[in-house]
Amino acid sequence: MSDLVTALLGLGPQLAEHVLLSGAAVALGLAMALPLALWAARSRNVARVALGFASLVQTIPALALLALFFPVLLAARAVFGEGLPTLGFLPAWLALGLYALLPILRNAVTALTHVDAEALEAADGIGMTRWQRLRHVEAPLAAPYVMAGIRTASVWTIGAATLATTIGQPSLGDPIFAGLQTQNWALVLAGCIASAALALVADALFGLVERGIATRRPRLAWIGGALAVAGLAAAGFAQVRPGGEAGREVVTIGAKSFSEQYILARAIGMMLEDAGYRINYRDGLGSAVVHEAVTSSAIDISVDYTGTLWTNQLGRTDNPGRAAMYDAIVKWEQRTSGAKVLGRLGFENAYGLAMTQEQADREGIASIGDLAGAAPSMTVGGDPEWFERPEWQAVTQAYGLRFATQRTFAPTFMYNALKSGEADVISAYTSDGRIAADNLVILEDPLEALPSYDAILLVSPRLAGDPALAATLAPLFGAIDVETMREANLMVDRDEGKRSIDEAARWLLAELGARPAESR
Amino acid sequence: MAATGFLAFDQVSKRFGATLAVNDVSLSIARGAFVALVGESGSGKSTLLKTVNRLVEPDAGRVLIEGADVAAGPAPQLRRRIGYVFQGVGLFTHRTVAENIAMVPLISGTGRLSQERIGKLLDLVELPREIASRYPEALSGGQRQRVGIARALAGDSHLLLMDEPFGALDPITRASLGARVRALHEELELTTVMVTHDMAEALLLASRVLVMEAGRIVADESPAALLAGAGGEAAQALVAVPREQARRLGTSA
Repeated sequence: MSDLVTALLGLGPQLAEHVLLSGAAVALGLAMALPLALWAARSRNVARVALGFASLVQTIPALALLALFFPVLLAARAVFGEGLPTLGFLPAWLALGLYALLPILRNAVTALTHVDAEALEAADGIGMTRWQRLRHVEAPLAAPYVMAGIRTASVWTIGAATLATTIGQPSLGDPIFAGLQTQNWALVLAGCIASAALALVADALFGLVERGIATRRPRLAWIGGALAVAGLAAAGFAQVRPGGEAGREVVTIGAKSFSEQYILARAIGMMLEDAGYRINYRDGLGSAVVHEAVTSSAIDISVDYTGTLWTNQLGRTDNPGRAAMYDAIVKWEQRTSGAKVLGRLGFENAYGLAMTQEQADREGIASIGDLAGAAPSMTVGGDPEWFERPEWQAVTQAYGLRFATQRTFAPTFMYNALKSGEADVISAYTSDGRIAADNLVILEDPLEALPSYDAILLVSPRLAGDPALAATLAPLFGAIDVETMREANLMVDRDEGKRSIDEAARWLLAELGARPAESR
Repeated sequence: MAATGFLAFDQVSKRFGATLAVNDVSLSIARGAFVALVGESGSGKSTLLKTVNRLVEPDAGRVLIEGADVAAGPAPQLRRRIGYVFQGVGLFTHRTVAENIAMVPLISGTGRLSQERIGKLLDLVELPREIASRYPEALSGGQRQRVGIARALAGDSHLLLMDEPFGALDPITRASLGARVRALHEELELTTVMVTHDMAEALLLASRVLVMEAGRIVADESPAALLAGAGGEAAQALVAVPREQARRLGTSA
């Protein structure tokens, strides 16, 4: 319980970001919806197209809509220049603004097309111009319905804004995603409670405004509106940080959405902070987004894996061996984007097929080759990427695997599925702390169907030539063996005696001798 | 001959699809006249009325007020000078009675109506002045139409167009409001054109009755002449209805 309270009390900055993002998105939705609604109210065809488009947007899952704005903005750089941000506030704002469009547009169009015909005849009959008719008759009569639309849009947007975390915009999704990864339920709950409470507050305030307009009690509407504006202003004020640090270089560190990435990002950040850099974290980014982000300098540092880049970025399906793959990737990054591979951290986080030791012993399975006979009666579990990856094709073809059922799990739940028997084999990550903790065995791969996944550190073209940065991070290279990484991962992933990500990062740095354990 | 008088129609025609709603109507109406346009549904009487304030634009012909073509300037300016009352009333539900009445001066930019002037307008339509701060939803049907008439008079118009103004009212309200409109017509020296399908109402209120059939004016008589049998077949068929009602009421008494 006290964990939950602590987590909630720590959400101030995320809450402020969330409020501003949601407010700006609803304002954007409103700014798009109102002129469209006016046009649509005069033309049936415009109404059909506009409402059709807004409904279509609504059918795109919010997560995908947010992610889609990354390539869109990347392409837009051709027009607006390299300064256009592709991650963070801008794409989140645009995507959520589109998301807020539908309820406002639908209500406004419905209200405008259903304004009492007699009131309109009277308006014309007494000599109102078109604009006067809109201002004195149509707008006031439609206002309560438009307000109801804004209210719905606000609640939707506040909910969907938690997903902005995945494209690098801080929000109340931060604790949810971080908590989901590390099975820190207090954190997940804190994020959910905070965003739900925010949605309820917004709903109540806009409800007040709506009621004030509909029942012609302007004071009620003003109170609701003033409180909403005060909330936004407070959030804006909280964002204004005292200056004085402007001269220092800001380095943005990205992390994909799993524990190892969070820990390494924090560890790197701590080393750079000690060296005088200012640090921004963009946590919980999608795997494909991270590479685009670092090569386009939207973020500055990421930890990636050779096998991931080999197939996803270089589009290769062959397996030249660990060292050759690394060298090829270093050259390829240098040539294509100017991003620099600073070095290998030492451990691999490869895909491997894992089973419980108990079941493996019982069925006499030690290698993937042994699995072929048992597979037709087994369920295989994988993370959302796994069954689409060439490694999966490669390993099933190489060993002739054919499973009874395939199931997709969030990485966190994959291990639980194995424990609970919902999966017999999973696509585990070799550096995962739960392998030792859950007494799992990684099946041998004698045919070398699965490529190597060396953890490497990528630096954006923007900072690729910064020798001080490279020197600061030098102690990391070749220094983290897989056992150490597993132990750090386990600290945040385990259920008993769980540590925070910062604690694990500090432990890791102390372990490397890169930073004394008792500092900070 | 038609292009003289306070209000004149000069060979006005209006077609809706295949229907010729108004068919080459020429007509002159003198200042101070109270004209009733009577006819069955679809005879074109409302369409003809609306060509005056351009809620309907004729396909051919001209409408003249004091010799000036109504199509010459922008429609809103024209309409602000013409009182318009219709069956649906069309009060603005989000505005008080006073705000509804003051709407024409507001949109004309001639400034706000004083409390006193609003009170006077309410007096004219025989409504209590306290009603000024109420919203239309709190009024009866008859009260709403009285507010509608006050709104139509607020712009100091001398021409009043009424399209079935009492159509939705109960008979008692209808009779008293009709009498009130007739009195206002005299007091304010208005020229009034009223569309109605009720010949009895036309005979009781108007100084001149025009009967329309299929887009044409088929009779143009005073009430006395119509009652004496003038105006032809269509007009007499309409007159026969109230006459027959009166006869039966007389015999049953």
